[in-house]
Amino acid sequence: MTVKDTDMPRVSSGMPTSLIALRNILVYLMRSPTSAFGVIVLGLLILIAAFAPLIATHDPYAQDLVNTLQPPSAAHFFGTDELGRDIFSRLVWGSRISLTIIFLVSIIVGPLGMIVGTTAGYMGGRLDTVMMRITDIFLSFPSLILSLAFVAALGPSLNNAIIAIALTAWPPIARLARAETMTLRQADYIAAARLQGASSLRIIVKSIAPMCLPSVLIRLTLNMATVILTAAGLGFLGLGAQPPLPEWGAMIATGRRYMIDSWWLVTFPGIAILTVSLAFNLLGDGLRDALDPKQMNRR
Amino acid sequence: MQNANLRMKSAASQVTTILVTLLGLLVLTFVIGRMMPADPVRAMVGEDATRETYEMVYHQLGLDRPIWEQFLRYLGDVVTGDFGTSIRTGQPVMQDILHALPATIELATFAILIGAGLGVPLGVMAAVNKDRWPDHIIRVFSLFGHSMPIFWTGMIALIVFYAHLGWVGGSGRMEQFYIGMVDERTGFLLIDSLLAGEPDVFWSAVNHLILPAALLGYSSSAYITRMTRSFMLDQLGQEYMTTARVKGLSRGQTIWLHAFGNIRVQLVTIVALAYGSLLEGAVLIETVFAWPGFGQYLTNNLITGDMNAVMTCVLIVGVIFIALNLLSDLLYRTFDPRTK
Amino acid sequence: MENPVLEVRNLAIRYAGAPREAVRGVSFTLGRERLGIVGESGSGKSTVGRALLKLLPSARITADRMRFEDVDLLKTSEREMLKIRGRRMSMILQDPKFSLNPIQRVGRQVAETYMRHFPANRAEAREKTLAMLEAVQIRDPERVHDLYPHEISGGMGQRIMIAMMLLAEPDLVIADEPTSALDVSVRLQVLGVLNGLVRDRGIGLIMISHDLNLVRNFCDRVLIMFDGRVVETLAAKDMDKAQHPYTRGLLAAQPRIGDRRHMLSVLDRRPEWSEELAG
Repeated sequence: MTVKDTDMPRVSSGMPTSLIALRNILVYLMRSPTSAFGVIVLGLLILIAAFAPLIATHDPYAQDLVNTLQPPSAAHFFGTDELGRDIFSRLVWGSRISLTIIFLVSIIVGPLGMIVGTTAGYMGGRLDTVMMRITDIFLSFPSLILSLAFVAALGPSLNNAIIAIALTAWPPIARLARAETMTLRQADYIAAARLQGASSLRIIVKSIAPMCLPSVLIRLTLNMATVILTAAGLGFLGLGAQPPLPEWGAMIATGRRYMIDSWWLVTFPGIAILTVSLAFNLLGDGLRDALDPKQMNRR
Repeated sequence: MQNANLRMKSAASQVTTILVTLLGLLVLTFVIGRMMPADPVRAMVGEDATRETYEMVYHQLGLDRPIWEQFLRYLGDVVTGDFGTSIRTGQPVMQDILHALPATIELATFAILIGAGLGVPLGVMAAVNKDRWPDHIIRVFSLFGHSMPIFWTGMIALIVFYAHLGWVGGSGRMEQFYIGMVDERTGFLLIDSLLAGEPDVFWSAVNHLILPAALLGYSSSAYITRMTRSFMLDQLGQEYMTTARVKGLSRGQTIWLHAFGNIRVQLVTIVALAYGSLLEGAVLIETVFAWPGFGQYLTNNLITGDMNAVMTCVLIVGVIFIALNLLSDLLYRTFDPRTK
Repeated sequence: MENPVLEVRNLAIRYAGAPREAVRGVSFTLGRERLGIVGESGSGKSTVGRALLKLLPSARITADRMRFEDVDLLKTSEREMLKIRGRRMSMILQDPKFSLNPIQRVGRQVAETYMRHFPANRAEAREKTLAMLEAVQIRDPERVHDLYPHEISGGMGQRIMIAMMLLAEPDLVIADEPTSALDVSVRLQVLGVLNGLVRDRGIGLIMISHDLNLVRNFCDRVLIMFDGRVVETLAAKDMDKAQHPYTRGLLAAQPRIGDRRHMLSVLDRRPEWSEELAG
């Protein structure tokens, strides 16, 4: 009796398992109002940044010295600043800056922290001690102050701010990855892989790193909330994005002088920063619940 | 006998760890200082200096020597307590810092009192009411504290509470009127004003302290609340809590007489760490409130590119952090009977 | 039985959100005697103990009757229970490693029972504590009084728990697996201490355990529980004449020296025993 192709059961609907997992996580996140808020805000941020040219009503750099310090109106949703620029449009374009910062910091900090942490944790010995000393030195600083020092050293600019923030954000990730690695290192399946002749690199990359990924992702998300605040703080102090870039923190700094009579200069950028930071915090908390192995059975 | 040996060994390894960290700190600050784009020689001699003057100062500062020699020179200076002179003020940097530090310490101490005074009870309440509405409200409350850009909130708070409502003082440590009235003996305005017998200045100082301290306290309370809640939840599930109930204690009594005692030590550790991270918030708050403290000093130096001052400031912050970590570790060891 | 210490009829306990009751149809009386409750994990035996003390906040407790001496436990408020727990009813917990507060000295923890229920100062409470520590055969009560829980052995810790729970002279003591966490060599000693105190003071004792042998040797009567129900009640001395197949299964599962069996019998757990007493 020949076996036909149609007799074989269908293995999958064609979606790779990682996408299915992602979809499940998203569904879980959307169920709770707080983490749903986080997802929605982040989604909005990405959309606004992507379609900034379409959403913004004016050119963010266009000055209109006749219409300075106008309150919010139909023409200017969020009013105009001291140079007559439309605040709404500046805010919209500023979302690109915020997103850039978040994105770049993540892709620097995530891999760097994981590499340092997993290697140190797996190899142990001298390598571990040296790497952890370095991490400790960075950790012995509040991140804002260290970022400040780095930016001052490199020169105030948006790129340098990103580098500076990244330099202070990787140590906690490294520590986390190391802690996870050290627990995983004892596992039997690692011993089995070693017996099979797998090299350390292969073990780290294929067996250990993927297991650390959930906690690292959660910590990264939560850290992004702080990164946003640090970046805004740097901008506020004039050490981040330089004028006329519409960075939210810098907007607050320049708007400060006119704040008493023109509240809109300062209020809207601040709300933007607060909302995004809040969203990351809620998202991170939600992810923590979603990826908690104890909760997995409930889904 | 063996116990003492072990303890000495662990103490020795701790000391080496600290020394290594300090050394690394010095390397870091040195690197940062050398990277700064502002030309320190130019800053010292001015724009119009002749080439000879420039070269002379260049040589004086040791900038023509190889980098490792410069580092050793730096190390030597640090060990002897010579942190250089501030280009901006012309004073020795350490003196400037010691002058600015008390204002920040006063602010930070009040802030931590508010932060812990708010954070710990809220954390306990959240844990005891886990997943019910008080827990949710408290979590949202502390989440805002954690997510707000503190410089922005400071600005808005100033407008609302000072400009519109007049409930608190404005920027600075006291009314303009009182500046100079009180001798600076400890640097802590509250103490100095009392020592000088000027109650008006004292109340003005309190008035000006309250808003920035409350904001800083609120932002640190977020962390404290979350950790307290976590610690408390751990204890609430423990068997000894059931024992206490069986003995006839009410739920409230078990929480405060038994569980709380078990988290006290961890709380102290947390508060010490939170105190350290207040330095961060202080930098931003001091700018908003024109508070003449360490944070403002640091910011001004960064903007003017004062190399000596920046290096020393960063060093000081690192040392304070290391000290706080050490302190909390020590407190933990001393007060937890299980580690005896 | 006239003037029973405890009278329970048709006790049912359901945890909030659970599909079925954890305990149902449980009835027994307790005089100044020792009653053992035996069952596997999940049989509901510990739940019954905690329900008597009303320490199950998330559960609904219903019964035709649940009476402790002159108190109707079904109707007591929490405030009233605060006066009863520790003073008239108490419970010895299983593992002193966890049931003692690790950062308080043991003497103080024992004294707390006294100070909670009697108007006394520290000195009086301390005297009572020391006397009680002697009563549980702790040889050096002054020294032990000031020790921390991590500095004492399991057997001593459990004796301290006994001291703590008998200090106020309760009429009913529930012992929830009192020796399960102890080394076998120490169990007899602790049981001996408990034995003496219970006998001398005429305390009504409920001993909850999974160890049938232990219970039949220590108690006067035994309740066998399975899946939330009592399947058999009998006097300890009549254990070998047990009728219910589950009880017989428990008895058969015990290894005996000189046993001629090649294999121990496997415990039979039939679902119909859950339904048996329904209705």
